[in-house]
Amino acid sequence: MDLSLNGLIIELAFVVSAGLFIFGLKLLGSAATARKGNTMSSVGMLIAIVAALIDQGIVEYQWIIAGVLVGGLIGAAAARMVQMTSMPEMVALFNGFGGLASLLVGWAALNADAGTFTVVTIVLSVLIGGVTFTGSLIAYGKLSETIGSGAILFRGQQIVNSLLVLGIIGSAVMLAQEPANLQWLYIVIGLSLLFGVMAVIPIGGADMPVVISLLNSYSGLAACAAGFAINNNILIVAGSLVGASGIILTQIMCKSMNRSLSHVLFSGFGSGTTQATVVEGEIKPISVEDAYYVLEAATNVAIIPGYGMAVAQAQHVVKELCELLEANGAEVNFGIHPVAGRMPGHMNVLLAEADVPYDQLLEMDEINPRMETVDVAIVIGANDVVNPAAREVESSPIYGMPVINVDSAKTVFVLKRSMASGFAGIENPLFYKENTRMLFGDAKESLGGLVREFS
Amino acid sequence: MTIVFLTFILMLSVFLGFELINKVPATLHTPLMSGANAISGITVVGAIALAGTGDHDLAQWLGAGAVALASINVVGGYLVTDRMLAMFKKKAGGK
Repeated sequence: MDLSLNGLIIELAFVVSAGLFIFGLKLLGSAATARKGNTMSSVGMLIAIVAALIDQGIVEYQWIIAGVLVGGLIGAAAARMVQMTSMPEMVALFNGFGGLASLLVGWAALNADAGTFTVVTIVLSVLIGGVTFTGSLIAYGKLSETIGSGAILFRGQQIVNSLLVLGIIGSAVMLAQEPANLQWLYIVIGLSLLFGVMAVIPIGGADMPVVISLLNSYSGLAACAAGFAINNNILIVAGSLVGASGIILTQIMCKSMNRSLSHVLFSGFGSGTTQATVVEGEIKPISVEDAYYVLEAATNVAIIPGYGMAVAQAQHVVKELCELLEANGAEVNFGIHPVAGRMPGHMNVLLAEADVPYDQLLEMDEINPRMETVDVAIVIGANDVVNPAAREVESSPIYGMPVINVDSAKTVFVLKRSMASGFAGIENPLFYKENTRMLFGDAKESLGGLVREFS
Repeated sequence: MTIVFLTFILMLSVFLGFELINKVPATLHTPLMSGANAISGITVVGAIALAGTGDHDLAQWLGAGAVALASINVVGGYLVTDRMLAMFKKKAGGK
């Protein structure tokens, strides 16, 4: 940190942008002010970038400009074209790029006479950045289903991972002793990238909300470590803000699934050992026409969406049905489980896209006490988050997970493609309950059928 | 001394981060995450200094690459968050 006027201006600009990040994040906490908060934080980023550009240590600009243009154009195009249903993949991918950038910064910061502390921070930024990068790529692959979304487990996985960690620590120690020997750095980079892959492949698709939150946190921590490596305050402040917020979200996700973080990370949920619970009762299908008669008489309807709604792109037709029901005099609410979908808040974004006002979206704790007064609960492409086994069947893998108690509603319609079991492969006794009717078929078509019956 | 100073900053920012995010309603979790994600592109600031040294050595090329990658993160992150938040509406005339 030099004490010239130029240096002082830069440092002060960083203070201002840190303030804008903090205030922006605070405004992001309420739906009414969130958009302003995001703008505010982007202004903070702009100030930080301009401040970095006026640094006198910079003698040529062409590569910076080229980098910003290329990156900015790619980012803007991706942000504009992405479908709301693919938002989890998009966030994972952006995240990965941020991680890789931190890896490169850490790498570039290494020089032959780096002290031990600097080497440690460089290794941390390379390690966390590398894990974030490949981890996010795997998460992207799983979410977009370009690779299988199930958990990949093999014998000796824990041993391989432990060896990887030991290898990273070992080469980091060697690097601290001879920072001029880049070979050790390359080994750290290689092992970190490999470790990112190994860390995410054993995690199943249903646990993706946790993984995305965690990777988000890592990308912040990587920026933070890079800040230590190059002695830059703003990187540390912004990075740790993101790191902390990601960890909070991760915790919320874990709590909503009643599972510990270590269980999510290491056990490969839904990976084969689920036992067959014997479920009494029979499945009662219903036709679109009969469903319409029931809905027409209903005065209180709750809609519980899940990932299936995203897959079927059914959010707009859901909104249409919702309007018709309201025109028919019914009260319609949406019950959103915290881990419905593939990232935290996924369903809320989709329904917002379809113009459903956010005060109509109720969280699990709000909708559950009202469930007994609900005439018809419509479950659209959700399975585990409405599974009463979580309350009733102690041997169920999801026992203890808080769920939306749709089975207390007078009638439950379950929109489902077929009877194949859900993502986690767990039997759902809901489908066999006395008050449950199954509406088989593509969710979008079934809902479209209902809409046609109404109009 | 710098190390102690930087560690202080780290500690305070982590606490601040926890406090800021703790009470955010579930509705906003996706925009929050992608907004925070955009902030993590702050690495671009560090990368700019490295990409502009004029040394034409490995470090400069790494810096230029990092500028490009972090710019994707920053620009994409903020725009997509804004696009999402623009869709969040209250019930017309309600509450």
